[in-house]
Amino acid sequence: MSDLDTFRTETRAWLEENCPAEMRVPVTSDKDLCWGGRNWKFSSPAQKQWLENCVAKGYTVPTWPKELGGAGLTRKEEGVLKKEMARIGARSPLSSFGIWMLGPALLKFGTEEQKLEFLPPVARGEIRWCQGYSEPSAGSDLASLATKCEDRGDHFIVNGQKVWTSYADQADWIFCLVRTDNTGKKHHGISFVLFDMETPGVEAKPIKLISGRSPFCETFFEDVRVEKKNLVGTRDKGWDVAKYLLTHEREMIGGQSLQGLARPTHELAAASLGLEDGKLADPMLRGDIAEMEIDEWAFNLTVGRKLAEAKAGASLGADSSMLKYYGTELNKRKFELMMDAAGHEGLEWESERSNEGKLSRSWLRTKGNSIEGGTSEVQLNIISKHILQLPGA
Amino acid sequence: MGLVLNEDEVMLRDTAEGFFKEKAPVKQLRELRGSPGNRDETGFDRGLWSEMADMGFAGIVIDEDHGGVDMGFMAAGLVAEQMGRNLSASPFLSTAILAATAIREGGTAEQKSEWLPKIAGGKAIFALALDEGVKHNPAGTSTTAVKSGNGFKLNGHKAMVVDGHVADALIVAARTSGEDGDEAGISLFIVDPKTKGIETERTIMVDQHNAARIDLNDVEVSGDALLGSLDDGMEVLGKVLNAGRAAVAAELLGAGAQAFQDTVGYIKERKQFGKIIGEYQALQHRASHMYTELEIARSAVYAALSALDGNDPKSDLYCAMAKAKLGSVAKLVSQEGVQMFGGVGMTDEYDIGLYMKRIRVLQELFGDAHYHMNGFAKANSF
Repeated sequence: MSDLDTFRTETRAWLEENCPAEMRVPVTSDKDLCWGGRNWKFSSPAQKQWLENCVAKGYTVPTWPKELGGAGLTRKEEGVLKKEMARIGARSPLSSFGIWMLGPALLKFGTEEQKLEFLPPVARGEIRWCQGYSEPSAGSDLASLATKCEDRGDHFIVNGQKVWTSYADQADWIFCLVRTDNTGKKHHGISFVLFDMETPGVEAKPIKLISGRSPFCETFFEDVRVEKKNLVGTRDKGWDVAKYLLTHEREMIGGQSLQGLARPTHELAAASLGLEDGKLADPMLRGDIAEMEIDEWAFNLTVGRKLAEAKAGASLGADSSMLKYYGTELNKRKFELMMDAAGHEGLEWESERSNEGKLSRSWLRTKGNSIEGGTSEVQLNIISKHILQLPGA
Repeated sequence: MGLVLNEDEVMLRDTAEGFFKEKAPVKQLRELRGSPGNRDETGFDRGLWSEMADMGFAGIVIDEDHGGVDMGFMAAGLVAEQMGRNLSASPFLSTAILAATAIREGGTAEQKSEWLPKIAGGKAIFALALDEGVKHNPAGTSTTAVKSGNGFKLNGHKAMVVDGHVADALIVAARTSGEDGDEAGISLFIVDPKTKGIETERTIMVDQHNAARIDLNDVEVSGDALLGSLDDGMEVLGKVLNAGRAAVAAELLGAGAQAFQDTVGYIKERKQFGKIIGEYQALQHRASHMYTELEIARSAVYAALSALDGNDPKSDLYCAMAKAKLGSVAKLVSQEGVQMFGGVGMTDEYDIGLYMKRIRVLQELFGDAHYHMNGFAKANSF
């Protein structure tokens, strides 16, 4: 038996014993996700138990080194773990910007002290992070950000405003892009700093979205003190960290978008509209759904192909823009078709029948997929410039 | 699933790339087509086909005992992709893919030893006489084969028979029972095209590649002409069509990728309003969209070829997906190519129009995107 087979057998047994039954049913609403953090309230004892079991084993961050709270797994072992979890329908024990975004950035750019201070609490789900990137005047043109960070000898003082800060009102700490120098080109003079959201002068205000939900905030900084040891990477060169992290974010959004609803669109449509002679009762919609599902299948194959092509741990580079662009546009198409299929039923917004408008609110939420993390147009610019090398792109 | 090429496959692709670029570039197609009255009668270069046999391409899915190199469908797809890039004309699809698969899957020991070494050696050209109507529809086969003495008598009309005008042998699909629309009741026969009662008309297609219309009038064949089981030709034909669809999808990928590469090259050079037109975002975004679609399409093709090599139970579905996706993507890329080339894209002098024409033919062959979307839906019970 190969080492990987042994690992599979052990993992299967461990999951059998440690993953509570309630954590093996599909996520149906936001409250089923565990975000952790200082103020986290577990939605059930099972959710708490599952997190604790995974933390003890290092399985919230399987590929991180053990001293940082991981399990030190290889990519292949991680693949086995994911497959085994999927096999029993195990939920992710922890949803975390700390794991998905800050982690990769700190592992690459952080000092040993920074890794040891910040990563283990992320792995344990004790500290919840948010991302301070966009500003009112720096959206697609992120590098024009203006939040000021002044050197006051032994510390920095930060003043300015961020926007679209996901869950800033519930986060404990923020990783934030600030301007330490505004005398040169816009990509120079950006720095990447970390600070506690409870620091005096930090205020987060939720923004109500078209979906009726408020996952994003406007975040204000007034004379916020930031310790110098919490600068990540080289001062004024934070754009390198930012770009690296954005690549991870794109892969996350591109890949995640398709997890939306586990049920294939054609099943939803068949349940809603019925079949005639074995074919969906609406023939025009049937064609659109078939086309979308073929694209969806080919897209999923492409995500797998690109990840396999990139050497273990290597970044996909500009191809992450390709996946982000296609995955998010596809997700919007998919939800439009689900709304078509659901008809009048899909329009309900406040009823138990509709799970408080689950479909309509999700449909509205997908409209942000091709805006956040760099709009589709920005991704197309990146492909034009870095892959096709078109002039002036 | 092998979506990333291994070392052997990369080597084969590079070999095929160099081979077709040198031996069968677009220029060769231009020479072959000549002009009305001054047209190459074969439609491809027999010397090229013989060299392809020497390279092992003709026997690429034939086992070594029968003279092939047995490299599998992924390898065959990589060759087809390079043919697509160069618009190379050859009987690779009709003979090395379709006939080789049919005989390998359905042939008796005698049929295999008679035909497979000849195919692998480039000594016999085959054509699959399946389609009859205006669209691809295997179940709609209405050509009949009626028992007659120890053999069969065939009657009917076949269209879009690729390489039918030069074939040394035909594989004819004919109905031995059941009615139009039934998948059951179809049988396959290996038929000598010189048999009495066969009339062949070469059809010059829009892409200057080769096909034929074939009339069968009381064509007598012996009982051992039957390929595969009586009434259950679909068993073999299904595998043949999967192979054909995956190979055509691979050729579409090559043709689409080359058309795209030529287009990007052109918009980096052409100047208007004092600017290189590739500087305009209106073109940049469309080019980047096409790049993305071609990457998605490549995964679909590799997955289908790899499914065939692995005898995946969902091979039908993989091949339908690939053929549907490539039909749409190659069409998009060639149409946008002509538009971006502008006026010169409409001229015969530039290659982009030749790519659009070849892609149009390949789109239609063995089912267009609509046909396969419908099949995909049916297979998924909706």
